[in-house]
Amino acid sequence: MSTEKPRPTFQMDGHDVPFDEGQSILAAALAAGRYVPYLCYHPEFQPHGSCKVCTVKINGRTHASCTTPAHEGDVVESNVDELNDMRKGLVQFLFTEGNHFCPSCEASGNCTLQAVGYDLGMTSAHYSPLFPDRPLDASHPEVLLDFNRCILCELCVRASALVDKKSVFSLAGRGIQKHLVVNAESGKLADTELSVDDKAMSVCPVGVILRKRRGFQVPIGERKYDEHPIREVAVQKQKGE
Amino acid sequence: MTLDPSAIVARHHGDASRLVQILHDVMAVEGHVAPPVITALARALGLPRGQVEGVVEFYSFFSSEPRGRFRVLFSDNITDEMAGSHELRKHMLDSFRLQPGEVSRDGLVSIGTTSCTGLCDQGPAMLVNDRAIPRLTPARIGAITSLIRGDVPVDRWPDNLFPIASHVERRDLLLSTELSPGAAIDAAIARGAAATIEEITRSGLRGRGGAGFSTGTKWAACASAPGPERYIVCNADEGEPGTFKDRELLAAHADLLFEGMTVAGFAVGASKGILYLRAEYPFLVEPLLATLEARRRAGLLGERVRDAFAFDIELHVGAGAYVCGEESALIESLEGKRGIPRNRPPYPVTHGYLQKPTVVNNVETLVAAALVATHGAGFLRAVGTPKSSGTKILSVSGDVARPGIYEYPFGVSVQQVLDDAGAVDTQAVQVGGPSGMLLSASELHRRIAFEDVPSAGAFMVFDGSRDMLAVVENFTRFFAHESCGFCTPCRVGTTLSAQMMKRVVSGTGSRRDVKDLAKVSNLMRATSHCGLGTTAGNPVLDALAKFRPSFDKRLRSLEVLPTFDLDEALAPAREATARDDEGAHFTNQTSQAEKP
Repeated sequence: MSTEKPRPTFQMDGHDVPFDEGQSILAAALAAGRYVPYLCYHPEFQPHGSCKVCTVKINGRTHASCTTPAHEGDVVESNVDELNDMRKGLVQFLFTEGNHFCPSCEASGNCTLQAVGYDLGMTSAHYSPLFPDRPLDASHPEVLLDFNRCILCELCVRASALVDKKSVFSLAGRGIQKHLVVNAESGKLADTELSVDDKAMSVCPVGVILRKRRGFQVPIGERKYDEHPIREVAVQKQKGE
Repeated sequence: MTLDPSAIVARHHGDASRLVQILHDVMAVEGHVAPPVITALARALGLPRGQVEGVVEFYSFFSSEPRGRFRVLFSDNITDEMAGSHELRKHMLDSFRLQPGEVSRDGLVSIGTTSCTGLCDQGPAMLVNDRAIPRLTPARIGAITSLIRGDVPVDRWPDNLFPIASHVERRDLLLSTELSPGAAIDAAIARGAAATIEEITRSGLRGRGGAGFSTGTKWAACASAPGPERYIVCNADEGEPGTFKDRELLAAHADLLFEGMTVAGFAVGASKGILYLRAEYPFLVEPLLATLEARRRAGLLGERVRDAFAFDIELHVGAGAYVCGEESALIESLEGKRGIPRNRPPYPVTHGYLQKPTVVNNVETLVAAALVATHGAGFLRAVGTPKSSGTKILSVSGDVARPGIYEYPFGVSVQQVLDDAGAVDTQAVQVGGPSGMLLSASELHRRIAFEDVPSAGAFMVFDGSRDMLAVVENFTRFFAHESCGFCTPCRVGTTLSAQMMKRVVSGTGSRRDVKDLAKVSNLMRATSHCGLGTTAGNPVLDALAKFRPSFDKRLRSLEVLPTFDLDEALAPAREATARDDEGAHFTNQTSQAEKP
């Protein structure tokens, strides 16, 4: 007789997914090798559920799967047309909101937004682009900030506050005016304590936080999502590989 | 008066959770919170600078840039618009030769708009340096313009500009019951805490803010949550456009409200209450503080309330953010942060203000609770419907002869309210505000009750002369302005909806816009983070279902239209050449075709 209690499970798209007490639907699904698209989630940080791309239906109602704890017997729908259409709509919203020009972007091929867009079969942003005016910040000797690509996931905010203990990044403004700011009266990155080995340097899912003089070192076509589809990368990342 | 940020911070005991109140104090001295002041406040409070900047930029009533010495904000609710606010604002802008939101070169004045100021029964209304002025007319605008030109400080303006009238047109249980101060507290003490909660539960009292959660259940959950400290928060952030019933309750029945908060404190074991008052009601601050002080002197607040328990109430003034009406966003705001709704669970009843168990109740709910505590569950049960016991206070405005406050037993028909308020030729009624339900003329038999048409209190009436698409366009603009921006669907969806509605109303929309309006609304409904986003598409979806011909009439036949607007593109050229004549415009397709 085994002394180990069997882990509780919920159902996702007809498959049993085991989970630990308190674990979110998203984390459990990824750990079980079941991909759910997401942008603002990161296995090393407390989820905050702002992008809503990981939305699933739990017992018939829509929820962000990253912030919803799993319960025994939950019936979860994820990889169905209705939800994938919603996710595509949300990714189109993000492409509409910012200035995303993949062909000229240093992050192309390494960009989660781009990869999720491809994965969901997105072929255009659909809506009239908002073309916000978001000047670059090139003040820092080592780092360039290109706010045009920011999707407001707050990963750099969280990483800088919780891991680096510097709070270099914050969000300001409201609604569509919401934007990333740096922690300096001048508003310039050079006047913050950011250094290139900060955790905040490595968490941006798009191409906002860039090392200077490293552009296009890896050719397009040989980058992360060129080599492996995001479905595989996301599952590996959850397992810490 | 010169600004001393560290002195202001010291006055608030260096407490970072009081940041919003601290910023109010800074604004009162300088009219804005300049970048060096943000730095100084952050240092004094031990907060990251970016966090303070984030708070300043989040709330409409704060600004990091200088605004005019006179900050004029026209209330932008649809009822103000119907009463002529756009024309009055244009007139005032023209007389100062200003663009909306622009500060005059001498720094004297800026003229802009703000979301509904809760004066819909006496609009159009404006705020000048955060003081409310109702009943605007061309003559009153003229007087205000002269006072501003003369640089007369607002506190020396004539008294006749400011009085807020009280229009109570129908009283029922809540508005007609007199209670001697302390009666509800005494009754609660006599009954005991647990039995008081039980009584509230049996009364069937449901939250009057719109969601309709059982008040007794909420109190019981808070009372049984672990931990020694608990809080009672009264949500007086009445921001739903078209709602002004809390204004009346706070102005004329504050004792009853504080009685209800104190009973709640006794029942759940909280010793502190906080009243979160919307910033648009500054005229209520002094009277409310005076009422609180009187109650302290009478032994109804303080260390020993009726020698039985400790309870006191603090006033917290919001700063212009509709989203703070959502209870967890309100709590964030109380803690001095941006008003972003939290992830739930955990709920405020277990992890609320400062992560302590907290009850958040609407003003009207707490007033009703005071009466139930005094007169028992049957008092409420005797009126209303089985699922909606008691009464509902409606704020009636728009195309009616007698706008004002109407209290009815739940179950009253929409038609009854219209008849009592003197509405004729009613085309539509927006019940519950933009996030509520838009009813067409064929639905006026429906009833105000949680089980039929729920309402937080707004009741805006539109007669046959109104353009319902312009109404919906106003609502989409409201949501775009008030979205907190936390989640993708609401942040982007509200802005896209407002843009598309603007195109449709101006006659440049396409069938694709109409399809996309439905798609965006449904996406917001399904995936948004909080109630603001999930309901932001309601007016569009209701209008598409009930006023579809109005949309189709406005559309050009093309499936897709260029989003590039030639006439709009000429605007900078017009400005540069100071021309605004016909020849400087592309007026329609024909004239465009005629241009070489």
